[in-house]
Amino acid sequence: MSKVKVAVLGSGNIGTDLMIKLGRSELLELTAVIGIDPHSDGLRRAREMGYAGVDTGIDGFLADPELEADIVFDATSAKAHLYNAKVLKEAGIKVIDMTPAAVGPYVCAAVNIDEHLEKENINLITCGGQATIPMVHAVKRVSPVEYAEIVATISSKSAGPGTRANIDEFTETTSRAIEVVGGAKKGKAIMILNPAEPPIMMRDTVYTLVEEGTMDEEGIRKSIAEMTEVVQSYVPGYQLRTEPIFEGNKVTIFIQVEGAGDYLPKYSGNLDIMTAAGVKIAEEFAKNLLKKETV
Amino acid sequence: MTNERDILITEVALRDGSHAVSHQFTVDQVLKVAKALNDANVPYIEVSHGDGLAGSSLQYGLSRTNELELIEAAVSVADKSKIAVLLLPGIGTLHELKEAANLGAKMARIATHVTEADVAPQHIAYAKELGMETVGFLMMNHMAPVDKLVEQAKLMESYGADSVYVVDSAGYLLPGQVRERIRALKQSVGINIGFHGHNNLSLAMANTLVAIEEGATRIDGSVRCLGAGAGNTQTEVLVAVCERMGIKTGVDLYKMMDLAEDIISPLLPVPQEITKDSLTLGYAGVYSSFALHSKRAAEKFGVDSRDILIELGKRKVVGGQEDMIVEVAAEIAKSKNR
Repeated sequence: MSKVKVAVLGSGNIGTDLMIKLGRSELLELTAVIGIDPHSDGLRRAREMGYAGVDTGIDGFLADPELEADIVFDATSAKAHLYNAKVLKEAGIKVIDMTPAAVGPYVCAAVNIDEHLEKENINLITCGGQATIPMVHAVKRVSPVEYAEIVATISSKSAGPGTRANIDEFTETTSRAIEVVGGAKKGKAIMILNPAEPPIMMRDTVYTLVEEGTMDEEGIRKSIAEMTEVVQSYVPGYQLRTEPIFEGNKVTIFIQVEGAGDYLPKYSGNLDIMTAAGVKIAEEFAKNLLKKETV
Repeated sequence: MTNERDILITEVALRDGSHAVSHQFTVDQVLKVAKALNDANVPYIEVSHGDGLAGSSLQYGLSRTNELELIEAAVSVADKSKIAVLLLPGIGTLHELKEAANLGAKMARIATHVTEADVAPQHIAYAKELGMETVGFLMMNHMAPVDKLVEQAKLMESYGADSVYVVDSAGYLLPGQVRERIRALKQSVGINIGFHGHNNLSLAMANTLVAIEEGATRIDGSVRCLGAGAGNTQTEVLVAVCERMGIKTGVDLYKMMDLAEDIISPLLPVPQEITKDSLTLGYAGVYSSFALHSKRAAEKFGVDSRDILIELGKRKVVGGQEDMIVEVAAEIAKSKNR
């Protein structure tokens, strides 16, 4: 089976974890990891594993006729993405934006990828969004959700300087995506950092209030269980910590995300769910592209 | 009344006390309390949801009245006192901070877990830009060793905070520990040092006096102990004690006593005592606002609320993790029925 070529832009933790996950994909072929620091550990590792390690940034990659990709993962920063998005668009390369820039539509791997297969640039929301929006949607497809609130608790060690400096971005972006992608009328997001040692696994609590008189406990339970399996298909460490709690028109869902431990430690479920979702979306893109080729 | 003050008191009943009334404050109550505090010459009055701006949530409890209306009400009756707001990055954002500043809030207290100061620089910088006085509020202080606290306080100073607080959110610290902490800060930062106590072990007053002795000049109190858990250092008592000790607070003792007796006491759902739950908070080192949530979860799952709190303490749960309460209660109930 032919594969679709992809490249990873950014040679930090996320980029390196993506590289390892992509090595397992049956649909995607990683060609290059692109960074800007010739001495970066990520680029060294990429070269060791037989990929091209480009240290001249996106421009260097695009200028090199030997290197190609149909899809690029952007794991740099929101600011850098604005430029990357522009030049990749000109080059006709699809982009999976892992930064908070959100140039393209929000996509949650388990919920709305089918609507965006033809888009040139999609955004991965936030880690809390990837973990919780599937559950908001799972409730909403049974009973209309008036309000959904999520609380993401992550270990201090897995919250990098970018997340910390822009913590408002997390709450605001996730809140919006709960509405736009999850389908809740109103969304709210809270993030908590816990410094306990050993580091805790990522935990997410999802509260939803369904429209008065529409509570279908059995239907929602079933929908949640099905959605859990869908997310587990690309994030094996995704699970319900305990049974959902039903009280009046409120459903509370407790989630834990354990990382795969590819490059990032297992407690970094928050980062793992982003890279896993990125690969999942790229695979859906790839299926779509390959389908067109065969037609 | 003299304007000269040795310590500057921030009254937190209209913020920390929000927990004790399950976030049910009304505009009318806030008007009355804030007016009385202003008349008593209290320098700062904090008004927000108990978990700070945008804290109204299913996780912490929904506010009966939008906090912005409460802030506006407090501002409208405070011609001497300044209105302060609390903001926890991860819950509130620059957006709410701006709204509060537009309504007339003059002080922003940016609260983080004691080891996580680096989520605060944006909010402190923005508050300064809005012309507000700023405080770095290091919560659950007992969970970090002194050297870590010093490092985090220096970060707050570097972000531009005018003051840094040792916040004993669990009411867990003993006087000797408060002494060590304030002394270390006094030696290492150049900004004002503050102390916020909780009375879960009946040590809020003792801890506050030790803090003042070591050089803290910003002190939090709650009138009639209207704060989370067993409440905070009781403001009117603190004013009286300081007066006896020759420490000038600039606050009118009689007016504070009248406020406590005539306005606060009638609005309390139950008197603020050291109940077995609040005692357990202080004993186990658990965030004070967990008390009422644990009590409700204990009733629901038929378990002892103290067992929930002790377990939460063991798991090193931090402020804001109220969702752990139900989960732990469910687990305890399950293991009991096994």
